[in-house]
Amino acid sequence: MSGGEMLIRALQDAGAEYIFGYPGGSALHIYDAIFKQQKIEHILVRHEQAATHMADAYARATGKPGVVLVTSGPGATNAVTGIATAYMDSIPMVVISGQVPNNVIGTDAFQETDMVGVSRPVVKHSFIVKNPEDIPAIVWKAFHIASTGRPGPVVIDVPKDTTDPEILATYSYPKDIKLRSYNPAVKGNGRQIRKAASALLNAKRPIIYAGGGVIIGDGSEALTRLAKTLNYPVTNTLMGLGCFPGDDEQFIGMLGMHGTFEANMTMHHADVILAAGARFDDRVTNNPAKFCPDATIIHIDVDPASISKIIDAQIPIVGQVGSVLEDLAEAVESLKSNDAALPDAEALGEWWERINVWRASHGLDHNMAIEPDKPILPQQAIQSLYRATNGEAYVTSDVGQHQMFAAQYYKFAEPRRWINSGGLGTMGFGLPAAMGVQFAYPEATVACVTGEGSFMMNMQELSTCLQYGLPIKIIALNNQALGMVKQWQDMQYGGRHSQSTYSDSLPDFKTLVEAFGHIGFKVENGADLDSVMDEAFSPALKNRLVFVDVWVDPHEHVYPMAIKGGSMQDMYLSKITTSIQGDYM
Amino acid sequence: MRHIIAVLLENEPGALSRVVGLFAQRNYNIESLTVAPTEDPTLSRLTLTTAGDDSKIEQIMKHLYKVVEVVKVVDLSEADHVERELMLVKIRAEGDAREEVKRTADIFRGQIVDVSPNGYTVQLSGPSDKLDAFIRAIGKLAILEVARTGVSGIGRGEKILSV
Repeated sequence: MSGGEMLIRALQDAGAEYIFGYPGGSALHIYDAIFKQQKIEHILVRHEQAATHMADAYARATGKPGVVLVTSGPGATNAVTGIATAYMDSIPMVVISGQVPNNVIGTDAFQETDMVGVSRPVVKHSFIVKNPEDIPAIVWKAFHIASTGRPGPVVIDVPKDTTDPEILATYSYPKDIKLRSYNPAVKGNGRQIRKAASALLNAKRPIIYAGGGVIIGDGSEALTRLAKTLNYPVTNTLMGLGCFPGDDEQFIGMLGMHGTFEANMTMHHADVILAAGARFDDRVTNNPAKFCPDATIIHIDVDPASISKIIDAQIPIVGQVGSVLEDLAEAVESLKSNDAALPDAEALGEWWERINVWRASHGLDHNMAIEPDKPILPQQAIQSLYRATNGEAYVTSDVGQHQMFAAQYYKFAEPRRWINSGGLGTMGFGLPAAMGVQFAYPEATVACVTGEGSFMMNMQELSTCLQYGLPIKIIALNNQALGMVKQWQDMQYGGRHSQSTYSDSLPDFKTLVEAFGHIGFKVENGADLDSVMDEAFSPALKNRLVFVDVWVDPHEHVYPMAIKGGSMQDMYLSKITTSIQGDYM
Repeated sequence: MRHIIAVLLENEPGALSRVVGLFAQRNYNIESLTVAPTEDPTLSRLTLTTAGDDSKIEQIMKHLYKVVEVVKVVDLSEADHVERELMLVKIRAEGDAREEVKRTADIFRGQIVDVSPNGYTVQLSGPSDKLDAFIRAIGKLAILEVARTGVSGIGRGEKILSV
């Protein structure tokens, strides 16, 4: 077999279903090998960045690594944003980049870029192919490294000479390779787990703070079991939404910068925090020096470097989150059955009372009835989407205000349903992400919540959607501005909207999507919101891409919002109110 | 505090750039760095000196371990260890100064490895502060060129760093 054929064969053997890619000179031998087989379907995108987001979202939805194929030079550099997006959110992905032949590397050849160098800070690992016969083992290692431990993107840079159809080698796909330098932890330390179980059961004011690692580490079931055994409140990070049922009474919402009042207050006043697969991101902690002053912290993470990076953990547990949570649930159950006094029911009852006061006074359900003469609120659009999809859709989002509204108002009942760029915050992620999910689950309802700003960063993929018949539903919260930038400018820059508005030059999105062969609606009147949303998700349009352009109140801000430099309990609650320290003790 | 960290890593192209890149990316400082293959040609040993408080050093060690090609990491300064650096220094030495330079080199147990009509090249090894002291003793004006290898180190006693 040629190197190109071996590469495709190895991808088949690694279990790849799709390759998201774009051809070019250095990748042509590989593309010829794709042409000669049927097992893997190649999806032709319109821009390499979109290919990476599709593969990324495919991985987020399925748990299996997504595969990307791009050519050298601009193909490779266009993929970098998507690689960084996957890296920040620990998403398994294998990116194959064509490269100029080995004998001209370093000569500034046409479309030459040092891809391994360019991508180095944003990959888990990378390979350069030196000889065609190395390809099967490299592919095996790439998939292994991408999908185990703390997952992440792996780049394979493939110089054109190593895929030459004239150079043949014998193909053999390895069953197992032992890497002496790579042995990620799976099981957590038993002593630490028992210590954690005891700390949890002796807590008076506990909270479970669960992040994306619970989803990636397949720990949702164990987490739910543990939370139910203890009847403790659960909060999720932006990345963790869905790892605990969003409509459960024990769920107190997302925490952090735009988290719910009750989640942030509960965190701040907790005496024991169980952090599972979460990394104390600055968007969660606010000022680390003022973070949760009374809390003992139990931190479960597969990546030792995440532990005590921002906030010191008193009980660190390194291991695969799912496995550790199972062991922890078991330890808690056995400890509890030996001591009926644990946990302290009275203290827990009081704790829930306080939490429910916080929840009742400043939950998210402000009075948001649709009023005839007032503009649609973005929150109402998300509520309408939630209703129209029975809360069962896969929802992808772009980045900005609409992302926060979706995170706050769409209650995810299951893991892997909420797909967004949390760490890197990549605008333009939403549409290609929805496509990746739709490829993974052709029958599923997939909605992309976006803003007009983010959407225009990758809207060329509407053409790809037509080519492959992807019936995605795009809900654009159109506020005719870069809403989150504008919000910060309102709050911190005296309302000077520097370069965040463009209302005089926006396209008519309905006509635009129609030009791409899809269906568009425009909603300006609140009275039409529910009916248009219902039509978009109606069986009649099940097989069509529908774009709903919802014109929302351009002045709306996202609240709560953390007050910069404060603790977690310091929040703006609206344009005119803040949580004043002490008021809600 | 200054730490000496020894790393065993796969002797593969790109491995070194990943380690060095990690320090730049995470805003860690490298004061010196030395690297060469070990007795096992598939493994390189890298020794670097860096500075930081305990939590920073802990993060550095953890991040080094995360580099896929890194096999073992040890903070030598945590226990008794031997630390050496080699320096070649070209010194201007004319007239009376010739004898003075030679005497100073002797005191520091340095060796003269090259001689020219107006100077010496001295080879000196030892802990970094000894090399610094030699440079101070000779005086900046007389020093023409300095080549230092950076620190290499090894733990004392029976404890060894191996795969």
